[in-house]
Amino acid sequence: MSLKEETDALRKIPLFANLDPAKLKLLAFMSQRLTFEPGHAVFSQGDPGDAAYIVLDGEAVISIDSPKGRIDLAHMGRNEILGEIAILCDVPRTAHVTASADRPLVCLKIEKNDFMGLINEFPSMAVEIMRELARRIVNTNQQLRQAVAAKG
Amino acid sequence: MAAEKDEQLDRSIFRYVLRHSVRDTMTICCLVALAQLFYYVTLDLPKNIMNQGIQGKGIKFPVDVGGLGWFSFDQLGYLFWLCALFLCAILVNGGLKQYVNSLKGKLGERLLRRLRFQLVARILRFPVPHFRKTSAGELIPMVTSEVEQIGGFMGDAFVQPLMQAGMLLTIAIFLFVQNPMMGMAAISLFPIQAYIVPKLQKRVKTLGKERVKAVRKISERIGETVGGIQEVRTLGTSTWERADYTERLGLVYRIRFDIYQRKSLVKFINNTLNQGAPLLFYGIGGYLVIHGSLSLGALVAALSAHKDMTAPWKELLDYYQQAQDSQQKYEQVIDQFQPENMLPAALHEPANDAAPRLNGPIAATSLGVQEDAQTKLLENVTFKIAQGEHVAVVGPPGGGREALAMTLARLYLPTSGSLRVGENDFATLSEADLGARVGYVGPNAYIFSASIRDNLAYGLRQRVLSPTEDAQRQAMLAEAERAGNLPYDVEAQWVDYTQAGAADAADFDRVAAEMLTRVDLAEDIFQMGLRGRIDPRKRKTVADAILAARAAFRQRLSGSQPDPALKGLVETFDPDRYNDNATLGENLLFGTPLDASFEGDALATQPDFLAVLRQQGLEIELVTMGRKLAETMVELFAGLPAGHEFFDRFSFIAADDLPAYQAIVARTAPKPDGSLPTIDEEDRARLVSLPLKLVDARHRLGLIDKAFKERALAARKALAANLPGAARAKIAFFDPDSYNAAASIQDNILFGRVAYGQAKAQTTVGQTIREVLDALGLRERVFEIGLDFQAGVAGARLSGPQRQKLAIARALVKRPDILVFNDAIAALDRAAQARVLDQVIEAARGTTLVWSTQDAASAPRFARAMVFSDGRLVQDGPVDDLKAREGMLKEMLAAE
Repeated sequence: MSLKEETDALRKIPLFANLDPAKLKLLAFMSQRLTFEPGHAVFSQGDPGDAAYIVLDGEAVISIDSPKGRIDLAHMGRNEILGEIAILCDVPRTAHVTASADRPLVCLKIEKNDFMGLINEFPSMAVEIMRELARRIVNTNQQLRQAVAAKG
Repeated sequence: MAAEKDEQLDRSIFRYVLRHSVRDTMTICCLVALAQLFYYVTLDLPKNIMNQGIQGKGIKFPVDVGGLGWFSFDQLGYLFWLCALFLCAILVNGGLKQYVNSLKGKLGERLLRRLRFQLVARILRFPVPHFRKTSAGELIPMVTSEVEQIGGFMGDAFVQPLMQAGMLLTIAIFLFVQNPMMGMAAISLFPIQAYIVPKLQKRVKTLGKERVKAVRKISERIGETVGGIQEVRTLGTSTWERADYTERLGLVYRIRFDIYQRKSLVKFINNTLNQGAPLLFYGIGGYLVIHGSLSLGALVAALSAHKDMTAPWKELLDYYQQAQDSQQKYEQVIDQFQPENMLPAALHEPANDAAPRLNGPIAATSLGVQEDAQTKLLENVTFKIAQGEHVAVVGPPGGGREALAMTLARLYLPTSGSLRVGENDFATLSEADLGARVGYVGPNAYIFSASIRDNLAYGLRQRVLSPTEDAQRQAMLAEAERAGNLPYDVEAQWVDYTQAGAADAADFDRVAAEMLTRVDLAEDIFQMGLRGRIDPRKRKTVADAILAARAAFRQRLSGSQPDPALKGLVETFDPDRYNDNATLGENLLFGTPLDASFEGDALATQPDFLAVLRQQGLEIELVTMGRKLAETMVELFAGLPAGHEFFDRFSFIAADDLPAYQAIVARTAPKPDGSLPTIDEEDRARLVSLPLKLVDARHRLGLIDKAFKERALAARKALAANLPGAARAKIAFFDPDSYNAAASIQDNILFGRVAYGQAKAQTTVGQTIREVLDALGLRERVFEIGLDFQAGVAGARLSGPQRQKLAIARALVKRPDILVFNDAIAALDRAAQARVLDQVIEAARGTTLVWSTQDAASAPRFARAMVFSDGRLVQDGPVDDLKAREGMLKEMLAAE
């Protein structure tokens, strides 16, 4: 486990892929490496979102509450990001995230305040992130158009 | 009480002195008059010594002194006899003078003490709105420095002119007795001075007034600059600020120099005239001696007498200048201390008996409150609140609800109509009684610079409870009374624990815990206790109990049945293992520094420490690590502006030092063969200081490997063995069996570090510590240590919500008859607001509760609401009625 490994993990996240490597290293240095024991909660649905988590090792389970109980939605592994929207705006968590039952989950925790502090200092980071988000809107619109077309 | 008998301060400083010290002044004056007799003798005797003793003129020897035949002298004997008499006269005159001076000093100091006390007592009675116009920056120098000079003068006010004029008169009489012509010569120049000096002085007086004003303005501006320092910095106006000070200091400079010049002119005229006078003596006196109508002895005596005359005359002129100065300063101070609508002095009378209960309903009849002639805060308000009733008071800001709450706490005095509670009129209730029976919490409650415990007990200190028996302190109190101060011993027992429902001081902690739990603050205080430190020598039982908790915690962590939840969360201090969650510095010292020389960056320059590192061959490795760290820090943080919070939170190097380290890294670049160049001592120390702060598990820089840890452990052992005794005393070594005075309670229980990188480690460990403390019954002990936490100046070491909660607890703890809250919980978050409101309502059961709030949505928590707008009571009734009816409350609830 070293700073270099974590910086590499950050670079593999699309949201951060185009950021200046030196800034990524600073972000990694400022972030906390956390281990969650098997089955332990990372965060719960409805919690205030204050940080994003990048999976460094292990597996995270995403689930939501439903009238029938908890439903597992997805599993996330190495180099995937959890709750990224939380570091960009104030929204409560929309799902539960827990470490999978079979092994510990190791994450890099990026605090929203620190991330925002970094963006405030380096506006070029903001531009890169804005581009990535715009690209996603384009994709979403496209998918929507296709869906509407398929229905009609 | 004598202290406040005189409602108005006298305009004249002389009248003030006379009023408060007439007897002392009279005594001193009599002594001064007596001293003049002996002084006359000291003037007259030299003539006899010259004429009779030395020259033997007009006398026959042997001389029979006293005429009884007891003392018969020849000429030499007679000379010595006269000299002895002269010596006696000098001693008696000097002794009297010394005694008078000491009396006068006492008089002056007492008057100063009295004046200061009166000024402070008056500040306590200023109407609350007055503090918006007057800053502490203005008041402080007036009470401290400005009156200081006045006090010095007050002792002199009557004595000095009397003493000096008396001396002058004595000398003049002596001269006239010798020869009327000489007497005339001696005083001939005085009228000229007496005419010119006041003329010059007049302008000095007006200038002095301007100077005081200008300096006061500067102190006010300094207060403003300090208060607004963040704005000045962020708005970049320090240049303008400095220009402003330049202008103000320039004004003071011009005034002061003008005063100086005028004063020195006065001095010049005086000196010249004084030195001119002997001319007249030589001329006239010489003429008379030559003509035989004056003896040489008389002329010499007259000359020396006249020489003596210059001193008192100079003193008199100085006195005159000082009198003018002091009178004017006095006036300027006094003027600031008589604002209109001061709280009547009668309400400040110290209470001797327990406060009467404020039973009965609160009744306002045509109540009106005005801040000044124009601003009406409340107009014609009439209502009745039954004893024990709970009322929400709502309305738009400035509509009168705040004023009502403040009037109920008598922060405003009713200007018309009446406000009564049962039999008692709010206008005449003494402050002590009101303070004991009415609890008030405003939106920005003030926390005093004292412990949490003392802040809670602050509201229980309306009167002194125990008599002072110590004779020394009694004498001090008697002196205080003579100076018009309060003869109450501040060291005596003041806190009325019974009012809080506690048996005694020890039992008060229980009540404190109860109240702090109500206001949601108990957990915070417990945490403060955990972070608190104690002196194990003074509190041995607590220290031993904490050691027991350490053992119990260790049992949970790694005993026969370890708690699985704690696995990997705490790394205990082990003499034989490197602690990855502690800094390298801690690992080497294996203890907590007790002295600044072993703390932080200083450690890298501590000679004993360095000597051991060098001997262990570790220094060069630390330098290499320091270089790598410096490189990384420069790379990571170079782009950030200085002063960015990231430096404080994450960097090993402060923003200001970053360029210096950049330079060090450059000049210590390894040679082509990989070895380091020679590095001077200063650079070495700076580099070594970096890795000492390194926590391997936290920083994840991969700089500390297994081999290095082995060497660090060896160095640890070498340090423990080789540090000289003086250095060892400055470190509290980690010892599993003894309490570490330099570490907090929590660290003492933990005896290790919480592991980095384990999710929820802090919470889990915190929870376990709590369980351990509960199991040992130690929670109260830790809470008590938390109550010792010092709140800091104006409660600065507490957060805003914590201060507000503490203030609410302070109001509740005195169990008042009426509770008044004025936007008291606005600073709290929503969830805490709801909890605290519930608890306050619960605690106030049976107590009249007036809850003034900007948050109309909380009104339905009360049975009754009063709505204020434009200073008038526009709605009053059961909340359920008002909610249903068209009107302001319905509108406000709809707007939420």
